[in-house]
Amino acid sequence: MASTTSQPNIIADSIKDALIAAFLAAVLGFFFFALRTDIGPGGLDLTYRWGLWFTAAAIVFAVRLLLNLFIFKAANPITRGIKLSAPEGVTSVVGRGLGPVLLALAACLPFLLMWLFPNRDRQYIDLAILIMTYVMLGWGLNVVVGLAGLLDLGYVAFYAVGAYSFALLAQHLNIGFWTALPLAGVLAACWGIILGYPVLRLRGDYLAIVTLAFGEIIRVVLLNWYDFTGGPDGISGIPKPSFFGLEFNRSGGFAEFFGIDYDSIHRFVYLYYIIFALALITNFVTLRLRKLPIGRAWEALREDEIACRSLGINTTNTKLTAFSIGAMFAGFAGSFFATRQGFISPESFTFLESAIILAIVVLGGLGSQVGVVIASVVMIGGIEVLRNLNWLKDIFGPDFEPTQYRMLIFGLAMVMIMVWKPRGIISSRNPSAVYKEKKKISSDMVAQGEGH
Amino acid sequence: MNTDGNILTIRGVETYYGKIVALRGVDVDVKKGEIVTLIGANGAGKSTLMMTICGNPRARAGQIVFDGQDITQAPTHEIIRMGVAQSPEGRRIFGRMTVLENLQMGAQLVSDDHFEEDLRRVYELFPRLKERAGQRGGTLSGGEQQMLAIARALMSRPKLLLLDEPSLGLAPLIVKQIFEIIQELNANQGLTVFLVEQNAFHALKLAHRGYVMVNGNITMSGTGAELLKRDEVRAAYLEGGAH
Repeated sequence: MASTTSQPNIIADSIKDALIAAFLAAVLGFFFFALRTDIGPGGLDLTYRWGLWFTAAAIVFAVRLLLNLFIFKAANPITRGIKLSAPEGVTSVVGRGLGPVLLALAACLPFLLMWLFPNRDRQYIDLAILIMTYVMLGWGLNVVVGLAGLLDLGYVAFYAVGAYSFALLAQHLNIGFWTALPLAGVLAACWGIILGYPVLRLRGDYLAIVTLAFGEIIRVVLLNWYDFTGGPDGISGIPKPSFFGLEFNRSGGFAEFFGIDYDSIHRFVYLYYIIFALALITNFVTLRLRKLPIGRAWEALREDEIACRSLGINTTNTKLTAFSIGAMFAGFAGSFFATRQGFISPESFTFLESAIILAIVVLGGLGSQVGVVIASVVMIGGIEVLRNLNWLKDIFGPDFEPTQYRMLIFGLAMVMIMVWKPRGIISSRNPSAVYKEKKKISSDMVAQGEGH
Repeated sequence: MNTDGNILTIRGVETYYGKIVALRGVDVDVKKGEIVTLIGANGAGKSTLMMTICGNPRARAGQIVFDGQDITQAPTHEIIRMGVAQSPEGRRIFGRMTVLENLQMGAQLVSDDHFEEDLRRVYELFPRLKERAGQRGGTLSGGEQQMLAIARALMSRPKLLLLDEPSLGLAPLIVKQIFEIIQELNANQGLTVFLVEQNAFHALKLAHRGYVMVNGNITMSGTGAELLKRDEVRAAYLEGGAH
């Protein structure tokens, strides 16, 4: 078709299409834009806002027309040159170099924050602790979901087991954080085995539903077993961790021993380094396991269970180890959570937590360790940043309430990530064995959704 | 048939999928050092027999003896550990893992000491795999994937290799190549092979002995050459088929 003859058609079509869109917007938006009700004396006051209504329809018309002319109906769409995914080289460089940079940044983060934001350091370090907790949980869940491919929607159950283990041990037996930490991990791992054994013959969606149920069962038990867990009142007065026996007190503690001035920030910095170390252990163990036969078996299991069985792998045991190791890390994180908060209740262990952790793993890219870090910073940090959106009031006027849009913006951002990178932020997989030289395998080479 | 020198003896095996009968009392013998093939039409129960040997699904009646041990009720992973290796139907390689990692998975059960040696051995058999060692399994061509599936099975140093339709979906030239390699493995290394095939002509030419399966029953058996000459076999599986 010659472009000269089609040109008028395009314009006519575009205008017609834009008019239809504007009409639809006007009809649909009539009650939202044109009418406004306020509570007035003696009932509702009705005000008409024809200007606003007309403006909305006009904006729809104009934007639709521009889109039609330049993208939808144009012979040469202006978006043709724009690719939705980042170029190949960039992602692999980012993936390779990012780990050490993030590690260095994380190692000196508290001091950086104290130096940069002397007035708000406590708030920011607290946020960093929160993010780091989710990094650890994400890494733990990554073993189950990312490596072994078992969709676990009840991961928070093990987080709760860890937290309650420490809280109850401290309450009844007067056990300190450092003794309780391994116990909490072991208990969570045991629960992982107990819950895992009957359900691991299930696969995919069915496993997800059963794990979801287990997550809820644990929470409901914690909520209703009043004599033991305190029910909805939770458990308070959970001891703080000590530094080789030194408490972070005003007198006779850490500050006095080292001859520095007491500052309550010390404890926050210390908590940060505890969770930092725990997260690093999680990462280290996971990376090691990936190179061992068991880790390879996990990944093979994710790819093809029947093939695994035909190679003589005991799939039940392989799944159970993945499940219990993931649970153990959640147990560690849980007892850290308990000591940080000083108070726990079943409210902290709702399904939403499981969903957030799973979202971190999926957004980060299944099986990618750096991806989990980025996703945690984006997800948890993002939610917090969106709490402080007051500057938007300068743009949209004083009536604009930014916090109301928090989850909306957040949801939009998640959709954007999934459109831009459907397999997660970092989707390439590092081979665990190398024959001659390392080669990154990009997910772009393989159809989406394969192997899950 | 006497069972002296048998590595695999299958007697009266019946397998069901729920209430549906898939195998109706199958007898098969595989002697040490033989290539035995099982041919038959789609849905005859060939792959079911292969899977039943590996204990998934288990036989509801009858007996399977491998290397002197009754494996009828043993779990899959233990059967494999006794020295059976399977290259399953549809290849089932691990698509997101590299060729080398796939081979490592095959060697999961045996000691690490001879991993390098075994690796060299399969790379000699399949030089293409060496070229592609660092490549993701899913990016290989169909023929290369089949080679990988066989190589992966060989990494466990099996006493008996079960091959389920290695020619499935491959170009004739590649099929020929793969069958040559099977023959070479058998002749040079004395590997016992139990081969399930639809490509009856190639399979019977290659095999020492063959069985024909119809509707879950073994209807004919004999040496490969004998079966090739039988009119029923020619009519059912060969005329107008793959020559």
